[in-house]
Amino acid sequence: MFHYTIRRLIFTIPTLLFISFVIFFILDTAPNDPTGNLPLTIPPEVRVKIRASLGLDQPMFIRYLLWCQQFFINEPLNMIEQWFDITIGDGTRLRVTSWSTRSPVVDLVVERLPQTLWVVGMSYVVGILIAIPIGVISAYKQYSWFDQLGTFFSMLGFSVPTFFTGLLMIVIFSVHLRWFPSIYDTTHKVTDWSSFVFQVKQMIMPVMVLAFFNAAQLSRFMRASMLDNLQQDYVRTARAKGLKERVVVLTHVLRNSLIPVVTVIALGVPQVFGGAIITEQIFKVNGLGQLLIIGIQGADIPLVQTLTFIFAVLIVLFNLIADIIYGLLDPRIRYD
Amino acid sequence: MKIPNLILAAAGASLLATTAFGAAHEARGRDGNVNIIYWQAASIMNPYLSGGTKDVDASSMVIEPLAHYDENGNMVTTLVDEIPTVANGGVSADLTSITWKLSEGLLWSDGTPVTANDVVFTANYCMDPSGGCQQLAKFSDVTNVEALDDRTVKITFGSAKPFPYGPFVGSTTPVLQAAQFAGCSGAAAPTCTAANFKPIGTGPFVVSEFRANDTITLTANPNYRDATKPAFATLTFKGGGDAASAARAVLETGEFDYAWNLQIAPEILAQMEAKGMGTVLSGFGPLVERLMINLTDPSASLGDTRSTVANPHPFMTDIAVRQALSMAIDRPLLVEVGYGKAGKVTCNVLPSPAIYDSPNNAGCEIQDIAGANAMLDAAGWAMGSDGVRAKDGVRLSILYQTSTNAVRQDFQALIKQWWGEIGIETELKNIDAAVFFGGDQSSPDTFQKIFADLEMYANNFDGTDPEAYMGSWKCSEIPSPENAWLGSNMPRHCNADYDALVAEMAGTADISKRAELAIAMNDILMQNYIIIPLVHRGNVSASANTLAGVKLNAWDSELWNIADWSRK
Repeated sequence: MFHYTIRRLIFTIPTLLFISFVIFFILDTAPNDPTGNLPLTIPPEVRVKIRASLGLDQPMFIRYLLWCQQFFINEPLNMIEQWFDITIGDGTRLRVTSWSTRSPVVDLVVERLPQTLWVVGMSYVVGILIAIPIGVISAYKQYSWFDQLGTFFSMLGFSVPTFFTGLLMIVIFSVHLRWFPSIYDTTHKVTDWSSFVFQVKQMIMPVMVLAFFNAAQLSRFMRASMLDNLQQDYVRTARAKGLKERVVVLTHVLRNSLIPVVTVIALGVPQVFGGAIITEQIFKVNGLGQLLIIGIQGADIPLVQTLTFIFAVLIVLFNLIADIIYGLLDPRIRYD
Repeated sequence: MKIPNLILAAAGASLLATTAFGAAHEARGRDGNVNIIYWQAASIMNPYLSGGTKDVDASSMVIEPLAHYDENGNMVTTLVDEIPTVANGGVSADLTSITWKLSEGLLWSDGTPVTANDVVFTANYCMDPSGGCQQLAKFSDVTNVEALDDRTVKITFGSAKPFPYGPFVGSTTPVLQAAQFAGCSGAAAPTCTAANFKPIGTGPFVVSEFRANDTITLTANPNYRDATKPAFATLTFKGGGDAASAARAVLETGEFDYAWNLQIAPEILAQMEAKGMGTVLSGFGPLVERLMINLTDPSASLGDTRSTVANPHPFMTDIAVRQALSMAIDRPLLVEVGYGKAGKVTCNVLPSPAIYDSPNNAGCEIQDIAGANAMLDAAGWAMGSDGVRAKDGVRLSILYQTSTNAVRQDFQALIKQWWGEIGIETELKNIDAAVFFGGDQSSPDTFQKIFADLEMYANNFDGTDPEAYMGSWKCSEIPSPENAWLGSNMPRHCNADYDALVAEMAGTADISKRAELAIAMNDILMQNYIIIPLVHRGNVSASANTLAGVKLNAWDSELWNIADWSRK
C-alpha cells in the first residue's frame, strides 16, 4: 500500500504539470480581454498600455513559465516565510497577482476559504446525514411509500437546479416570511449567542439548498448499494444464525454498502473547495466559486489559472485518497 | 432639601439631555450604519488601476478629486474654494494652463495636511509610462504639473485646452496621498496591495476592512472637513449577485439601503417598487443606445481588407437604405420594452448636457414603415419574390451584431421584424460583452472590427464636455489593421466638413459656440444616418425610503454626495 501510494504521488507530478499547461493554453486562446469590461470612456490606446502593463504583450510560453515560477517556487517560499516568520533571500519576490484586484491570488483564496468551507462544506455534511438514512430505509423497504417518496424527492433534488430552489427559498423565507436574510454577510463574526443565531440564520438557506441537491445524489447511491448487499448470501446466513434484524441491517449490510458510497463521498470533496458557483452567487456568499466566476468574467487569467489549478490538485489528491480508503475499507482489495 | 435637590438634578439632567440631543442631531456618525449593494463587487479602491464604474464609485467615498460634477452636470468644488476659469484668472488667457488652489486646512484621514505635492505626485503617478494607468486619457496633453506653493498647483498643457477640466475633476481622477503611494509608481503600482485596498483619503469615509470582490467596511473619517458629516458612522458596501437580487434587497426585503445599476425588466422593477419600501431613481447622462452602420464591406472573402475603407459597402453607402432602416424603428416601443423609466426616445447621438442637444432632428419617434418602403422603392430597391429587396443583384441582407444582454436581444428581435416589413433581411448575432468590447487582436468579434453590416451598443463620455467624444467620428479615428484596430470611428465615417468642425471646436473656448459646433457635428451624423440613435439611457438605482439626501448623479460617481446622506 505504501509503495503504491508513493508511486501514485510521483505520477501526479507530470499529470499536474500537464494540466496546468492545458489550463493556461485554453485560457490564453479564449477570446477574452481583461480590459473588455472597462467603461467605453477609456480609449483603446490606453487599453493597449493597460494590457502591456499586465504583461500581455509577452509571448504565451514566457508567461506560462513566469506563472510556474511564481506558483511553484515563489508562493511556497512565501508561505514558509509566513509560517516560520523568517526571511529567505531578500524576501521580495513576485507572487501570482490577480489583474482585477492587483493583490496576491493566494491571499484572496485564503480570505474566501472560510465561508466556502462553512457553507458548502456544511451542506455536504448535512447532505450525507440526510442521504444515508434515506438510502438505508428506502432499500430495506423497497417499493414502500417511503421508498416512493424518497425516489420522488431525490429525482426532484437532482433535476431542479439550485438557481431555482435558491430563488424560491428567498422569495418564501426572505421576501414573504422575513425569517432569513437573502444576502450573506461575509464580515459577520460569531462572538456570542445572538451572533451565532444570526450566523445560523444566514447559513440555513444556502446550506439547505445545496444539501438537498447533494442528498439527492448520495441517497440513490446508498439505496443501490444497500439493495445489492441485501440480496447477498451472507445476509441470509446472518439471519439464519438468528441475528436480530437490526444487527443484520446496520452492522452487516450497512457496513458493506458504505464502501462504494464512501468513495463517492471522497471524490465529491474537491467540489466543496470549488465552491458552489451558482448557489454562492444567489445568496451572495462570495466564496471561492464566486471568485472564480468573477475572474472568468473579467478575464483575470492569473486568478482563474491559479484557482482551476488548485481545484485540479484537489481532484487528483482526492482520487488517490478515495483509492486508498477503498483499499482500507475492503480487505479484498490489495494494490501491491 | 432632598426634594429640591432632586428636582434640580432632574432639571439639569434634562437640560444636558436636550443639549446632547441637539448636538447629536448635528454630530458626525449620528445615524449608525448604512448598507449599499453593488451587484458588481469592487475589486480595488484605486481608480487609476481599475476604471470600472464599481471601483470608481467605491473609491469615491474615500478619495476625492479637486472638483466634482453635481447631479445636473455642473462643476462643484471639493478640495478647492473656487473653480478656476479664464474670468477669475485660474485658466491662462492662451488656454494652456490651469491653476488650482487647495482650500485651507485640509487634512488626510491620518491627520496629516493635504498639500499641492500630493496633487503633483498623483499626476506623475498616472502619467508614469510603465504604470498602465487606466485614467491616462484624462491627462492627455498634460506636459507639466507643478506645485507653486503648498496649496497651489499649476497644470500645463502642450496645446490650448478650451476645456482644461480633465485632470482632477470627477471621481475618476482623485488625489492620492503622496506619502502613502511613494514607491508605488510605474511598474510597482500593482504591488502596493495595502495602499490600493485602503487608500488614505480626504473623503467622508475610511476603509476599515477590504475584502476584494466581496465586501468593504468603512467608518466615518474623523478628519473630514465638515465636522457634522457624514451622518453615518459606518458603511457596508456589499458586492456580488445580480441586478434583480440587489433590487430585491432594497425594495422587497429592506436589508439594504441603496442598490446600484438595476438594469432589469422595467415591469419587474415596478412590481418591486410597488411594495413601498424604496424608490427607484433614474438619472440621465449622455449614454445612448445606438446602431452603428458599417460603411465598409465586411465580406469574409475580402481577407485582410475586410471592413476597411478600401472596400465601400455594397448597399449601406446608399443613404436611402440607411434612412429607411431608421424610419422603420418604433423607438417608443423599444423604450417601453427595454428600459421603462430609465430610457427616453432620442433622435440625437449627443442628447445631453441640454445645451448640446440638437433641436434639428425631431420626428424619429414616429415609426414610418410605409414611408420607408416608399423611399426604398424610389431608390430602385425592388421587392423580390422572397420578400427581400434587391438592386443590380445586391440583396438587402444584413448581419446585425451586439453584445449578449437580454434587453439587446429583445431589441434585435423587434428590429429584425420591422426591417422584415420593409424588405430587409436580417441575421442576428450576439457576442459575449467581454469579447465584443475587449480589444483582443486575434478575435474577429470585437466591436472595433465590426465584421457585420451594423452593430448596436451604448456609449457615452466622462464628465460633461463632448469634444473628445464627438472627435471619435473623424477620419483619423477609423479602426484598421494599420492602427491595430484602435479608434472609435466604428462606422468608418470620413467627412472633411466634419473634421473641420472637430478642429474648430479644439480651438474654441466660448461655451455657446462650442455647443453650436457640437450640434452641427451631431446633425451631420444624424442627417446622413451614419449613426442611428435608439434610446437615451439613464442610470437606475434604488434607494430605501428611510434614506435622505440621495441625489442620483449620472455625471460622476453615484456616491458623490454620500457625506450628505442621512436617515429620515
